Amino acid sequence: MISNLSRRDFFKASGALVLAVALPEVRAQGGATLEPNAFVRIGTDNTVTVIVKHLEMGQGTYTGLPTLVAEELDADWSQMRVEGAPADAKRYNNLFWGEAQGTGGSTALANSYEQLRKAGATARAMLVGAAAERWRVPASEITVTKGLVEHRKSKKRAKFGELAAAAATQVVPADVPLKDAKDFVYIGKAAPTRMDAQAKSTGSALFTQDVKLPGMLTAVVLHPPRFGAKLARFDAAKAKEIRGVLDVVAFSTPATNGVAVLAKDYWTAKRGRDALVAEWDETAALRLGSAEIMAEYKRLAVTPGTAAHKQGDVEAALGGAAKRLEAAYEFPFLAHASMEPMNCVVALGPQGCEVWNGEQFQTVDQMVLGQLLDLRPEQVKLNMLYAGGSFGRRANPHSDYLLEAAAIAKAIEGRAPVKLVWGREDDMRAGYYRPMYYHALEAGLDSQGGLIAWRHTIVGQSILTGTAFESMLVKNGVDETSVEGAANLPYAIPNRLLELHSPKLAVPVQWWRSVGSTHTAFATECFLDEVARAAGKDPLALRRALLREHPRHLAALELAAKQAGWGKPLPKDRARGIAVHESFNTAVAQVVEISRRKDAFHIDRVVCAVDCGVAVNPHIVAMQMESGIGYGLSAALTGAITLKEGVVEQSNFHDYPVLRMNQAPRIEVHIVPSSAKPTGVGEPGTPVVAPALANALLALNGQPVRALPLAGQGISFA
Amino acid sequence: MTPLSVNGKPMTVDADPETPLLWVLRDFLELTGTKFGCGMALCGACTVHVDGRPTRSCVTPLAAVTGRRITTIEGIGLHKTGRLVQQAWVAENVPQCGYCQSGQIMSATALLNANQEPSDAQIDAAMAGNICRCATYPRIRAAIKRASKAMGGNSA
Repeated sequence: MISNLSRRDFFKASGALVLAVALPEVRAQGGATLEPNAFVRIGTDNTVTVIVKHLEMGQGTYTGLPTLVAEELDADWSQMRVEGAPADAKRYNNLFWGEAQGTGGSTALANSYEQLRKAGATARAMLVGAAAERWRVPASEITVTKGLVEHRKSKKRAKFGELAAAAATQVVPADVPLKDAKDFVYIGKAAPTRMDAQAKSTGSALFTQDVKLPGMLTAVVLHPPRFGAKLARFDAAKAKEIRGVLDVVAFSTPATNGVAVLAKDYWTAKRGRDALVAEWDETAALRLGSAEIMAEYKRLAVTPGTAAHKQGDVEAALGGAAKRLEAAYEFPFLAHASMEPMNCVVALGPQGCEVWNGEQFQTVDQMVLGQLLDLRPEQVKLNMLYAGGSFGRRANPHSDYLLEAAAIAKAIEGRAPVKLVWGREDDMRAGYYRPMYYHALEAGLDSQGGLIAWRHTIVGQSILTGTAFESMLVKNGVDETSVEGAANLPYAIPNRLLELHSPKLAVPVQWWRSVGSTHTAFATECFLDEVARAAGKDPLALRRALLREHPRHLAALELAAKQAGWGKPLPKDRARGIAVHESFNTAVAQVVEISRRKDAFHIDRVVCAVDCGVAVNPHIVAMQMESGIGYGLSAALTGAITLKEGVVEQSNFHDYPVLRMNQAPRIEVHIVPSSAKPTGVGEPGTPVVAPALANALLALNGQPVRALPLAGQGISFA
Repeated sequence: MTPLSVNGKPMTVDADPETPLLWVLRDFLELTGTKFGCGMALCGACTVHVDGRPTRSCVTPLAAVTGRRITTIEGIGLHKTGRLVQQAWVAENVPQCGYCQSGQIMSATALLNANQEPSDAQIDAAMAGNICRCATYPRIRAAIKRASKAMGGNSA
């Protein structure tokens, strides 16, 4: 099977590749290698291979998950290897998702925490059992340290590799004890270097973009100019005049339609695509612009919505309030814009279909591709390669780009494996954005400045309606992903009402790193600062008073405030802002310190505190907070996808600018000590930075930020 | 057939002379460490060295590099600076998704070849053309400083 460690391994494995590579052979016990379960393989060469069921897209699964195995196995870090799991939900399901296999919602490490520790402990027990038999000593007298199995009294010792074959004949123990936290060697401690750092620093890491199969053709596509447009006719004559263009085919999927040009290389296919002439039937196409959509959302916001959370009597409390204040916040569509534009390889064969992909959503992709190709899900074999970022995009509930590649492969009757390669423009304009949202809030204060009422209305497209997840996650008309972070607002406010409007719109939308929290954190944390101002209270003091029931929020908040020196005087033209937010069960607080310089503002420092339970690998926790902050800042400063008469106005990084080195602030990450089970870190750093930054601007300017991105408000950062 | 020198080896390529060097490397020479990110010299993922200078290969036609010395991520470790930069990248845990890092390393190596002790402002100027959506920027900065020290520099 393919290991996605390096390209060399890939080509070594790819001798008879096209359809041979997918599921590993299930080895019979008693072979030379020890495979006590679906997650660990110990070879006679002394390597320990961890089969990781989650996509490595930067968030550290290929390091964090092997850490769990190494811990309970008492392996040496240098002997650890990693391999991507095949699609097989029976063995590799996400334990937080029931029967489904996939990566998302910051669950990879959290759902694997006990599963992989048990996998490691089981393998350890079998190695110890084999050593006890061989040496004729009690298993209880055997120790394992850094990959060495030892019986001190008799001075016998062996490496894992020497015991692997014998251990494979041991009975797999049903229940093995796990270590006490005080005995951890790796978890929370020695923070191994990332498993993928070397391959990713030498150009040898294998991404989908790098896959090359015998006879493979590259497909470059022409998508509709507007969402909902249908191909009427096309003229391929000019494209076919280009030397090397081998085929031009129309395709149609439940997600989109268009024309594909195929060639042996990308550049030829792209020239062919650019030479296509197509006419589109735009009768059913979306022709609205962003401004018109927002105007409609504002109109909806003053009408009654669907209640998503209700406690007390908000109308009565507002009616009796000594002081009332209102604010509304506007959010644009956002593109994920991962560095690797969407792509995948699909090969059709007599047995089914094989896919090479930065595979994030195995069970959904198998189902959807199976439907298109008239195959059973298990006939869709998925090879999970490194993803050059995703931020949610590669877990598409409609499997959009995979369907596209499969439809093209079908259109050429499976004659060659098809590598679909989107250019940046295709990636940015194909949709599946974080939806646009409009939030309207109103608060009531009593005569002492106490916060007694909070009314919140959210307007924006539902991500889940119309997907396989609708029945699970859209309840009583409320899409949980639209209201998360607002429905569970942690602040002790006696009267609270949250209402939702989910207007339908033909713009394809999807989750984007931290999903609902991308907008709910901003609206709630910025409005709370406006409340603090109206009540004459310090933003930290107000949060502290309202978070008494939420120790994790409070601990993160206090740690960030302390490390940032909250309350210490700052020179003129400098200010701090604070925000705290929980997403995916992880609480994150951030303090952003900014200064006003001649032409622009400058972010001097971001102090971040995180409570994610046990920090299995503190380096990766810090990396993910840094990454989330950078990703959130891109959106806060400049991120916006806008429509004009239904056409996406952005196309590449010149008109969809993202954070660059010169704008990247100094970041300090502090981890709240904890012995609780780990919670995710891939997303929770993202949503907090924008409100903390806006609150710093409010402190500096006295002007609240009511719409993102800041560049659209005339606020620029150097 | 166009003659080329890539990573110290002479090669020939049968591609249209207008083909960008990026696609020549990736699709014709199977050197896929150099990445495609934007196609417009906006993101830096495709950065290689042409006669030692950092160059965006996605907008550099094959015709423009005939007879020039091309170095890619696959060959940069053969040079001392490149090797030290790669080691610093691993030591600082820089890569996350890793897709942009070939280009980052090529830009950083060119910077350190030209200036062994870059200031923060010089790092900003040299690296601002390389986007990282995982925002590994603080660690890239730290790794450049680590490599500078390893080269005998004194980058603060």
